Amino acid sequence: MMTHLRPALVMLALMVGLTGLAYPLAMTGLAQALFPAQANASLIARDGRIVGSALVAQAFTGAHYFHPRPSAANFDATDSGATNFGPTNAALIAQVAERAEAFRTAHAVTVVPIDAVTASASGLDPHISLQNARLQAGRVAEARGVPLRDVLAEITAQAEAPWLGLFGDPRVNVLRLNLALDDRLPLPAPEGDSPTG
Amino acid sequence: MGTDLLVFALYGAVTVALAWGLAGYMHRVYAGERVFLSPVLAPVERAFYAAAGTGPDRLQGWTGYALAVLAFNLAGFVLLFAILRLQGLTPWNPEAIAPMAPDLAFNTAISFVTNTNWQAYGGEGELSYFSQMVGLGVQNFVSAATGMAVAVAVIRGFAAQGTGRLGNFWVDLTRTVLYVLLPLAILMALLLVSQGVPQTLAAYARAITLEGAEQVIGQGPAASQIAIKQLGTNGGGFFSVNSAHPLENPTILSNMAQSVSILLIPVAFCFLFGRMVADRRQGLAIFAAMGILFVAGLSVIYAQELAGNPLLASEAGVTGGNMEGKETRFGIALSALWAQATTAASNGSVNAMHDSFMPLSGLVMLVNMQVGEVIFGGVGAGFYGMLLYVVLAVFLAGLMVGRTPEYLGKKIEGREVTLAVIAFLSMPLGILVFGALAATVPQALAAVQDPGPHGLSQILYAYSSATGNNGSAFAGFGADLPFHTTLQGIAMMLGRFAFIVPMLAVAGALSLKTPAPASAGTFPTHTPLFVVLLMITVVILGALTFFPALLLGPIAEHVSMIAGQSF
Repeated sequence: MMTHLRPALVMLALMVGLTGLAYPLAMTGLAQALFPAQANASLIARDGRIVGSALVAQAFTGAHYFHPRPSAANFDATDSGATNFGPTNAALIAQVAERAEAFRTAHAVTVVPIDAVTASASGLDPHISLQNARLQAGRVAEARGVPLRDVLAEITAQAEAPWLGLFGDPRVNVLRLNLALDDRLPLPAPEGDSPTG
Repeated sequence: MGTDLLVFALYGAVTVALAWGLAGYMHRVYAGERVFLSPVLAPVERAFYAAAGTGPDRLQGWTGYALAVLAFNLAGFVLLFAILRLQGLTPWNPEAIAPMAPDLAFNTAISFVTNTNWQAYGGEGELSYFSQMVGLGVQNFVSAATGMAVAVAVIRGFAAQGTGRLGNFWVDLTRTVLYVLLPLAILMALLLVSQGVPQTLAAYARAITLEGAEQVIGQGPAASQIAIKQLGTNGGGFFSVNSAHPLENPTILSNMAQSVSILLIPVAFCFLFGRMVADRRQGLAIFAAMGILFVAGLSVIYAQELAGNPLLASEAGVTGGNMEGKETRFGIALSALWAQATTAASNGSVNAMHDSFMPLSGLVMLVNMQVGEVIFGGVGAGFYGMLLYVVLAVFLAGLMVGRTPEYLGKKIEGREVTLAVIAFLSMPLGILVFGALAATVPQALAAVQDPGPHGLSQILYAYSSATGNNGSAFAGFGADLPFHTTLQGIAMMLGRFAFIVPMLAVAGALSLKTPAPASAGTFPTHTPLFVVLLMITVVILGALTFFPALLLGPIAEHVSMIAGQSF
């Protein structure tokens, strides 16, 4: 064993230098030079302040915003997490049934998209399905006092297609969609511009 | 669904094509021949040998090789344990994260040294950037390199002409890191950053959301670590939810690149084997056996997840694929593909929460791990694990036809079979004995989140994952109880070293034998018949050992679910 001690310690020290320091630090330098936005959590700024990350879900509860998927992490981006409920757990079924009822009531629909009532894996899922978005569109249009078709057009404009037309499901990023709404279909001013449509 | 099948086929084609090319490159690297990176790396390589006082001419027998592995891993464990305990004194800790508790640090250090990367902690809350990079990052490289070096040494034993020499561990380790892992990791890390994976030493980002709440967004030097986490079948996430986290795996491209890199090196080992024993058909036969078992498992998981949870349909009136614990961008197909790849390959990273998969999907994942992670398996580890089954398969074939079993012209005798069975027993010991302990001790049971049969599945999964050195979890299981951090730490060591040492001993014994030319009575090991025999051996020995336990866990849960019962 002693004959192996020197190479073990020397090799470990060299590997720490190479793979624990040189490699990640060089990658950090390269990343910051080549992809500065992506390397710093893809933050989005509005009027000089950071409003979030394009990749990370944030809570939306107002009727005039699209709502993300349920989050077991309460949208805490320092403590990602899921329910981890097994498929036969009564707590899971009760939770989903409750959310489904709320979704039906809020949107006056009978169909409930599965992604609207199940918690995501990360608790920070930035996307919802197009079906989910379209079912929410009526509520959003009413709250903003704008025509439904304008809201649906925003969904279509923000929709992300499968990669190469094959990989992944069609979806829409909730934060980007809500930012587009605020930009293009802003809430009526308090004095009450008459809503149309 | 047709699209999904095309996706799976494309994924397989790209992975196999890349692995085929990589195998040729690795063959030259491990033989010490010049490759296109040699002008840059050869001087570094020589400097490493000079500093360590070793070199390619210092060949080791199996005992020397095994002792070198153990010494290096012990040193790595001590260093990592110290780093985790001294967190707070070390730099690059902008969020002022406190030291890890002793039992958790023990568990985490074992976990990363054994290439398991079981996470009983949450990365963004409990680890500083220094601990991630210098602590875990280093083991991401060298634990993978250890497995690959051992596999190469074992293959040399099978191919040796009676020399008794398996190579030199320090040389194999150095070459693996310098020529194989590091170049691939650099490419992968840059690809991941371009997709939105953070790579920074800055503090967490602070945002004021559109509705006026404060949101702190965890980040850090993630891309460099995630790259090697996938390539080295490590699987330990930078963030708590691993590659389900939108900053760890933001896009479909990042997801597919990570999915390919999970299986890249394990698949390459099949073809590397064929080249090293100078008979590519032998490697293809093992690849076929692994590939068929892989496709079978994927089919079950995909079908189960696509069908969805019947209890949600009947009780909540919600239909559709099972999206609980899955991300919208990956959907059913890419989540199912990843789940199969990561449990088959001993990677253990996740892009969806395995705990919330359907019961039979969980069954497949459990079997993938319990057969010893040999369906491609961990880098290197999966291949020498499958060679164990090969030894047992030719032994069984020999018994059936009444001839002395042979593999690659070498007689498989009592010593090899005994050693193979000793290695094999580490799995039932770690899973069934430790799992039974965990299922009966009251303090241990507190970790179980879910009632009913799923609770047993959580215990089984935890100990299968630890012993199989996988690292994925049914994450509702509260793995940070001291009982489990300690017992699982032991299970991880058992699954790693109680496998490596006997397999090196098998290789050592075979390396002393001179291959005899094939005769008319030789049982050929490159034919479809052998592929079937090998798969049957894996299923009978591996899966049936655990069948009673599986019956009480996932199968009981499935049957209850079909009957409309929840718990």
